[in-house]
Amino acid sequence: MKCAVLNLARQDMVRMNKRIEQVYALFAEAKQPLKFMEVCGTHTMAAFRSGLRSLLPERLSLISGPGCPVCVTANDSINKAIAIAGCPDTIVATFGDMIKVPGSTTSLERVRAQGGHVHVVYSPLDALDLARKNPDKRVVFLGVGFETTVPGVAWTIKNSAETGVANFSVLCMHKTMPAAMAALVSAGPIDINGFLCPGHVSVVIGSNAYAFLAEKHKVPCVVAGFEPMDMVGAIEMLLRQIVEGRSSVEIEYSRSVTPEGNLAAQRIIQEVFEPCDAMWRGVGRIPGSGLKIRREYAAFDAELIFSDIAIESDDENPACICGKILRGVKTPYDCALFARQCTPSEPVGACMVSSEGTCAAYYAYAKKRGA
Amino acid sequence: MKNDIITLAHGGGGIRTRNLIKELVLAHLGNPILNQLDDSAVVSFESPDLAFTTDSYVVNPLFFPGGDIGKLCMCGTINDLVMQGAIPKYIGLGLIIEEGFAIADLDKIFGSIAAVSRETGVLVVTGDTKVVEKGRGNGLYINTSGIGVRRPGVSAGISNAKPGNVVIVTGTIGDHGIAVIGKRQGLSFESDLESDVASLDSLISLLFNELVASINVLHDPTRGGVAAGVCDIAESSNVGIELVESHLPIKKAVKGACGLLGFDPLNVANEGKAIVVCSADAAERAISILRTHTLGKNARIIGSVVPDHPGMVLLKTAMGGERIVEVPAGEELPRIC
Repeated sequence: MKCAVLNLARQDMVRMNKRIEQVYALFAEAKQPLKFMEVCGTHTMAAFRSGLRSLLPERLSLISGPGCPVCVTANDSINKAIAIAGCPDTIVATFGDMIKVPGSTTSLERVRAQGGHVHVVYSPLDALDLARKNPDKRVVFLGVGFETTVPGVAWTIKNSAETGVANFSVLCMHKTMPAAMAALVSAGPIDINGFLCPGHVSVVIGSNAYAFLAEKHKVPCVVAGFEPMDMVGAIEMLLRQIVEGRSSVEIEYSRSVTPEGNLAAQRIIQEVFEPCDAMWRGVGRIPGSGLKIRREYAAFDAELIFSDIAIESDDENPACICGKILRGVKTPYDCALFARQCTPSEPVGACMVSSEGTCAAYYAYAKKRGA
Repeated sequence: MKNDIITLAHGGGGIRTRNLIKELVLAHLGNPILNQLDDSAVVSFESPDLAFTTDSYVVNPLFFPGGDIGKLCMCGTINDLVMQGAIPKYIGLGLIIEEGFAIADLDKIFGSIAAVSRETGVLVVTGDTKVVEKGRGNGLYINTSGIGVRRPGVSAGISNAKPGNVVIVTGTIGDHGIAVIGKRQGLSFESDLESDVASLDSLISLLFNELVASINVLHDPTRGGVAAGVCDIAESSNVGIELVESHLPIKKAVKGACGLLGFDPLNVANEGKAIVVCSADAAERAISILRTHTLGKNARIIGSVVPDHPGMVLLKTAMGGERIVEVPAGEELPRIC
């Protein structure tokens, strides 16, 4: 629930134009086609809403990474949420954009239409409130998101433990960002010349978390804010690193991000959660990239509470090449499913689920070209 | 026994039904045609060219800042007729009331219906009430039908946009959707944002009186917002449309709430706005006419119709970029990313 509000005053337009000129000059100096990945879904959104891509040099492309937590939630997690929504006296509380994500055969949206108890909430605290108001029901919050949303969920679990709310639990599907980026760069060849690192996540984890990308994998990293000017500034900083032959982690979003991050938020995450392996839609299993609820808070772990319910089992569609699209080595046109079995209204992979994902964007632009 | 809530007996067709109709419906809405209480209303028109529409109102909550379901159902039906160049005349109301509904609330809602009827001269001439068991309704649903007489010389239609035309919106966008969702979710915004729900009859009359031949399309951007409205026009007319982000009139509070919830103001519903597509030479005059009316004081040119990319709407963004505007896929959902 955080999107850049895209307002530019006139003086900002002048500054923006200067920055764009800088980007063109540095790109010319770099003398090669370049691909930068914006890892975070909110960056994808901001780039989409501001039309940023259309302002960049043609051979400098922005590709969307795995940073939309909703899009990368795997089938089996959705299937589990759907199964829970079908249990008697149970309410599933979720952030709104989760309800559209397809499971194996249905979605929470369809389950709700068929009488399943699915409530859209705006915060985990709303879900806790729902549990307090419905003491005869089990309220299960779908814990989705990266390090940005995790501290709030951790706090909610602690709060329900302290205040004795016994009918509240969390189905934990949280994922961590650096592990996913590590998986991207080590899962095979990549064609990414720089990372625009997520702003909000970095407020929590700090920019030091990306040091391994710059040092070990030699990919320049810049932590960017969410205003269009931030993103253009970060692109300029990435280009400068490339032109100067460096790879380091820099912070464009310095008004909010420090190298160490928010230590209090990191502490509460560690107190309530511990790392685990996680399935990513379109990418596969990434070791250590997920979070699960620690044993001390087992009473709030929906995974344990609902461990005996039957869940539709399913693997990802083997023809889906989202993983390769996310690594920048394939485009949607290389995918056999693209625009056939996989469309914005019937998405298969992560890149089509979000309206701003790479495949969804290609789909919309293909329509523009009349393809 | 107190008679303060609706019971199944109010829908049973007996004494209680009659009393409800007399004490509530006729007290608020009575007119020579409705007072007949016959099986159907008999009406006559001065022209054979009629516009006829139906709509259902399921808004939740029933009372929201700036209006209620009563005002909404009247204005929504009237606006559907107005968008076809018709002078709205008569409305029929079908009410489905949930058992236990407070009669005081029903009284308020009929008061709102009567107020719109008085302001616009549109008469409610027929109606029906049914009561359903507790748990089978959202308090109250209203279905309407409306009929109006088409003005002579009107050629406006959704498939009539032509390259070179100008796209106008008659005021700020997204007010209704944000006011309703704010009330529904208990989100407290610092400003007193209200729904824009209003009858557009008098505003659009001003345009038609002077520029009837220049107006190619009139469309009300309700569900799906201005994005769905302009996409409908682009598709039906098989033309491209280019909108300019910096020209979109959006209240600060709406922009802020959209930023927080991850909504695009272009996708948020309006209930008192029209999209007007007119010839370029009439555009400035259209704007100055609209601005003489309180409902049109924020009217602006927001874009133009182009021969390129037929069926598609592009937005020139505030930072000078470009993006495609699409019909929203489904309900507008708060995002976490």
